[in-house]
Amino acid sequence: MIHHDVIVVGGGLSGLRAAIEAKRAGVDVAILSQVHPGRSHSGAAQGGINAALGNHPDGHDDTWEKHAFDTTKGGDYLVDQDCAIQMAKDAPRVIYEMDHWGCPFSRFEDGRIAQRPFGGAGFPRCCYGADKTGHYLLHTLVEQAYKLQVKIYVEQYVARLIVHEGVCQGVVAYDMIHGGFEAFTANAVIMATGGAGRTYSNSTNAVISTGSGMFMAYHAGVPLKDMEFVQFHPTGLFTTYILMTEGARGEGGYLINGLGERLMEKYAPKFMELAPRDITARSIQTEINEGRGIGGGGYVYLDLRHLGAEKILERLPGIRDLAIHFEGVDPIEAPIPVVPSQHYWMGGIDTNVDGATSMPGLFAAGECACVSVHGANRLGGNSLLETIVFGRRAGAEAARYLEGLTEKRPNARTAFTAAQLMEQKVEELGAKTGSQDAYALRAEMTVAMREHFGLFRDEPTMKAGVEKLLSIKERVKGIGLRWTGSVFNVDMIRTVEFEGMVDLALTVGMGAVARQESRGAHYRTDYNTRDDVNWLQHTLAYYQPDAAGPRLDSKPVTLGPFELQERKY
Amino acid sequence: MPDIKFRLKRQDPHSKKNPEARWEEYTVTYDGENLTVLEGLFSIQEKFDGSLSFRYCCRASICGSCAMYINGAYRLACQTNIKHLDTDLITVSPMPHLPLVKDMVVDMDAFFSKYEYVMPWLIRNSPDPEKEIIQSPKDRKKIDMPVDCILCGCCYSSCPSAWGEENYLGPAALLKAHRFEVDSRDEAGKERMARWSNERGVYRCHTIMNCVEACPKELNPTEGIQWLKKAAVRRKLFGKAK
Repeated sequence: MIHHDVIVVGGGLSGLRAAIEAKRAGVDVAILSQVHPGRSHSGAAQGGINAALGNHPDGHDDTWEKHAFDTTKGGDYLVDQDCAIQMAKDAPRVIYEMDHWGCPFSRFEDGRIAQRPFGGAGFPRCCYGADKTGHYLLHTLVEQAYKLQVKIYVEQYVARLIVHEGVCQGVVAYDMIHGGFEAFTANAVIMATGGAGRTYSNSTNAVISTGSGMFMAYHAGVPLKDMEFVQFHPTGLFTTYILMTEGARGEGGYLINGLGERLMEKYAPKFMELAPRDITARSIQTEINEGRGIGGGGYVYLDLRHLGAEKILERLPGIRDLAIHFEGVDPIEAPIPVVPSQHYWMGGIDTNVDGATSMPGLFAAGECACVSVHGANRLGGNSLLETIVFGRRAGAEAARYLEGLTEKRPNARTAFTAAQLMEQKVEELGAKTGSQDAYALRAEMTVAMREHFGLFRDEPTMKAGVEKLLSIKERVKGIGLRWTGSVFNVDMIRTVEFEGMVDLALTVGMGAVARQESRGAHYRTDYNTRDDVNWLQHTLAYYQPDAAGPRLDSKPVTLGPFELQERKY
Repeated sequence: MPDIKFRLKRQDPHSKKNPEARWEEYTVTYDGENLTVLEGLFSIQEKFDGSLSFRYCCRASICGSCAMYINGAYRLACQTNIKHLDTDLITVSPMPHLPLVKDMVVDMDAFFSKYEYVMPWLIRNSPDPEKEIIQSPKDRKKIDMPVDCILCGCCYSSCPSAWGEENYLGPAALLKAHRFEVDSRDEAGKERMARWSNERGVYRCHTIMNCVEACPKELNPTEGIQWLKKAAVRRKLFGKAK
């Protein structure tokens, strides 16, 4: 058994930033991560991070109020406005801090951090480092974690929480390199495990974005909030769904349909390609559905050619490499085939503005959390910001929480039992012959999510989707392990995580069926307008051990200075 | 649909039954257009052999997890489209010259210890300004190359100087040292230089340039190392590295 005051699960931007903050508060903190922190999915973020720095010549009048307003409107008012305001206020200081730590942001001629226009934003406020902003931010925080000598346990797959009398007291992890399960006790656990994109077959996300932090918290009784809101990025590569940054449009790229038109003229005449993602993704899908994809097919073009080689090589070199390697297209010479692709998880573990959950000792930050700054649709450039703002706040809050604790010794017996339960579970999985093929089931689930809970939803389609998920959930009982070896058992991790993913899928499905309105990313053809009378509320999903799906509840949205208005772009 | 044959080097040193290295072959269905080596490995793991171990994460060539030795070259499995290998036999082995954990998974502990050893962080003595530290686009350009390193380990595994000397810091750690020494915001005195300006560090590089060839991001660690050598001389002669 290993003990640390604070354990952070996940070594991406949120986890690193939380750990750094706890360490700076003098707390004994350790990170447990499935991959080396420098390999986390945060590094795949491209376009940038929002803050009203006012560095751009057209952005001098930008303020945190305007940033908070754009965020609230972008989120179709399902945003807790106090939280969005806090995020926008915190933004400049955390970004300057990243610069002071060496983050290689691109620069304007005057040497200040460069900013570019981004979707749904009234001002160019997206700070960037070429089109590799996530990679640069991630490595900067990895470097700071090493500098501060934050203890990092690499390649530890965290499989369950340790909960003693309703208080979170640590986690159980599988040591991928040495084999076996170990109980890590702690007085506070911060979940920072990222999104659950891989529950969809058409995701831009990393293979490890399975929502593990969400389902661990969910299974422990912590509610998940607003899970029906799933973001589809307008531009994933046609064949692989690999992300083509919104920055490509921020730099002036066009979306072109099969008739050779800039397709956004019809849908968002003012913002054009820089409308928010929900609107842009639906516009593209409408063109495709109505036969105006390229050659009448299933994709449209992201055309960058008019930007010229110099600008593409300077501002979008990563996009160019990805398009060449994965789609065989050089954007300098040809337009890029793109489709809307699952990208971001607006919902997650219900937290307050400091990352605290309903369970004492459990905190969450980043994509796995739902503070409610993104509401029904996140704006581009706000997810990187969320990781650093709320990672920092969660780290500080966990340290404060420790100060207030009188009893600081986690219950050893409970921890020991939790590790044993995990060992037992894997033994049982290993003993089964596996009457069901876990990988075939996974494929069935990810395709069902895509087909039934995509950009356009309606009751019959969604209900059929829930039926499929329930059938999969039933058949999950029949899956077993193919291999029971102890070291680097990919089969075991993928099997264990799949069970949790099915439960998350059900929270999406049942939450989506229940919400009889259209708001942000949740668009229903049978209820195609926003209903602020009945549905200006968050959905909460509670795990029910004895039922297939969640118990749904609701929670009011925190309103504020920004009055409800119709979204027009 | 054409089939494609994967020939994988397999070894589980912990296995009591069969700890020896062996080659195994699997036939994977291929649509002739889109299959990466990483997807091939997943297909094998899912359909034929659940015991196969390999690292994976972003599948978009930015995380550096899946560096392997594929058809005679260092490559990221996710970035390698079968189509471009122009053969129907794909041979995959773990990165050579590194201790093996299992199958394609190698031990990266020494690699990251060396990374840590070069003090891979911005060193500042001045108080932080209220806003950003001003850096001209010209100065920013100087770090363009090294900041793109994904720490995949290809260069380190490919370097003959590292094969022969286990203490050699290797190209990746030295490129990281270069990344900070060359950064206009960095104010390190001799503390970081003391780590790399010695026999363990830059002077062990004999410009064999395997690292340049191996890098899947087309970076040039050798160039960074030579910059460091010059910086060390400059400091000796003029008291200033930059």
